Amino acid sequence: MTRNEILEKVTGIFRDVFDDDSIVITDETVAADIEDWDSLTHITLISEIEDGFNCKFSMKDVLGMKNVGEMLDILEKV
Amino acid sequence: MTEYSFLKLKKEHKKALAAQPDFKMFLMGDCATQHLATSISGYFATNNVIVDLTDADYDLIDAQILDDNSELYSKAPDFVVIFMCTEKLEDAFLRCSDKQSFAENMYEKIIGYWNRINSNIKTNIIQFLFTENDNKVFGNYALKTSESFLFQVKKLNYLLSLGCQKTKNAFLLDLNSIQASFGQNHFKDDKLYYAAKMPITTEALPEVAKNVFDIVSAVKGKFKKCIICDLDNTLWGGVIGDDGLNGIQIGELGVGHAFEDLQKWLKSLKERGIILCVCSKNNENIAKEPFEKHPEMILKLDDFSIFVANWEDKASNIQYIQQTLNIGMDSIVFLDDNPFERNLVRNIIPQVTVPELPEDPSLYLGYLKSLNLFETASFSESDKSRTEQYQSEMKRINSEKNFGSYDDYLISLEMVAEVHPFDEFQTPRIAQLTQRSNQFNLRTVRCTEKDIADYAANPQYITRYFMLRDKFGDHGLISVLLMKKENEHTLFIENWLMSCRVLKRGMEEYIINTIVSIAKEHGIDLIIGEYIPTPKNAMVADIYAKHGFKRIDNNRFMLSVDDYSPEKTYIK
Repeated sequence: MTRNEILEKVTGIFRDVFDDDSIVITDETVAADIEDWDSLTHITLISEIEDGFNCKFSMKDVLGMKNVGEMLDILEKV
Repeated sequence: MTEYSFLKLKKEHKKALAAQPDFKMFLMGDCATQHLATSISGYFATNNVIVDLTDADYDLIDAQILDDNSELYSKAPDFVVIFMCTEKLEDAFLRCSDKQSFAENMYEKIIGYWNRINSNIKTNIIQFLFTENDNKVFGNYALKTSESFLFQVKKLNYLLSLGCQKTKNAFLLDLNSIQASFGQNHFKDDKLYYAAKMPITTEALPEVAKNVFDIVSAVKGKFKKCIICDLDNTLWGGVIGDDGLNGIQIGELGVGHAFEDLQKWLKSLKERGIILCVCSKNNENIAKEPFEKHPEMILKLDDFSIFVANWEDKASNIQYIQQTLNIGMDSIVFLDDNPFERNLVRNIIPQVTVPELPEDPSLYLGYLKSLNLFETASFSESDKSRTEQYQSEMKRINSEKNFGSYDDYLISLEMVAEVHPFDEFQTPRIAQLTQRSNQFNLRTVRCTEKDIADYAANPQYITRYFMLRDKFGDHGLISVLLMKKENEHTLFIENWLMSCRVLKRGMEEYIINTIVSIAKEHGIDLIIGEYIPTPKNAMVADIYAKHGFKRIDNNRFMLSVDDYSPEKTYIK
């Protein structure tokens, strides 16, 4: 998958998790940019992305991602 | 297993927030319970029940229960749910010095919670049992010593089971069984526990929520009371009317074993108070034969409260059973291997639970168990004799049947038939049908593939086969018609047979309409039909008489083409 394809798929998951079809994400998007992105929704997001990409994040990934770009970096390596 | 995902439940939960709640629930845990709360609320909402759910703050069980002025007591909920996770239990176990008494001490603590709650408010308690996760400190030796965590957690679950039997309003949710059916790697994800103190994955939460729902429903009096079973290919393999007593599959050999186990399971349900009934498209004496004569049948006639075997549509028969038993439609489960019958019942009586049985009979039982349909909040001696009670009730009552909406259902099926002369492509299936059909078979003329090809080539014969499909799928080739031109004025129906699967859908009418229009095309004005009785085809003895033919003698019938007005059918 190219980074753009990954971004597209992740955007879909974001929209599903936050139940908001207008969400647009970029490499720079951080939790503070999305209203409902708290620690709990973060867990949901992680679970859904793991499901969607059939991968498992490490604990460090889960706690360490600073923005969407870092999330995509990890997914690129899957 | 529930079909709902966590995200779906989350959406339902959000939608339900504005609605008027039906009852109050209070959830507390020694771990993060927010996602569990969302799942529970969402699961109730998908079932149109709105729960006002308070999710207590993290790890405040002691404070909520011990403080008389706590949020728990001021809310006075109808249900209190307590979730203590095994991870925290193991922490406590590792800290304690008297490992051998760990389970007993923990049990005293939890029973103390229940008693304390009960002395403060009138409620029901749902306590999650612990997942029995071995810490592998002792390996397989763990259960040989009471010093191991696994031994103590199993003992604690056992003690709670005993304690629960003494505390009427306390109910256990067997989290360990749920984990077992998911597999530990799907049920928990250590990373989630370390990062967010979540001991259950979002994958497994909907199933946990479903079980909370099941318990609450049972406590509130909504539970299943009755199973109505089809017979052929549901309780045994094969078709009794076609295959005969020796041909059906039941017993320890091969596929029969799966049906035997299903019957054993149904018998256990009957013994715990679930009413069993039969609803089968069959002649009654044929349908009862296996129960009376087959040595390997587990279920016997006296296990059933009502036995309905006829050729009416199943929705009407279920309505009849329901009225006779005088129970709610929503307390009925209907088991049938045939998707048509299932869809019919779902359409006409949506309150009835109709499990979507897998195609493979060996999967029936596992699938049915996974649905957890028979939750109950009580069990008493009188449950065991319920069947006898209904059987005697049965002798008094005789309800009127109701056929109201069957036509509407047939219309909704959007049935389309195809009619063709015999062709090479379908010859094997046509021959097979003439050999296999016993019940809807007017003259029981058995044919080989060569016979079929000969008829097709013989100008004296008019041949047709019929295919049927509806919006749920294709039934394939379901009827065969063989007609002989006796002379230029007379057509003799040499054979007519049909698969019983499509009975009572207007196919009979459609075929007779077709016969008449074929006769007209050939300038024929008299049609003769004959019924040759066999031990199995009594169901079609009167078919000609019912559809406008005049009786010539005992088994021969005639129809003057000009006198015929087409019969009503919803098949296009």
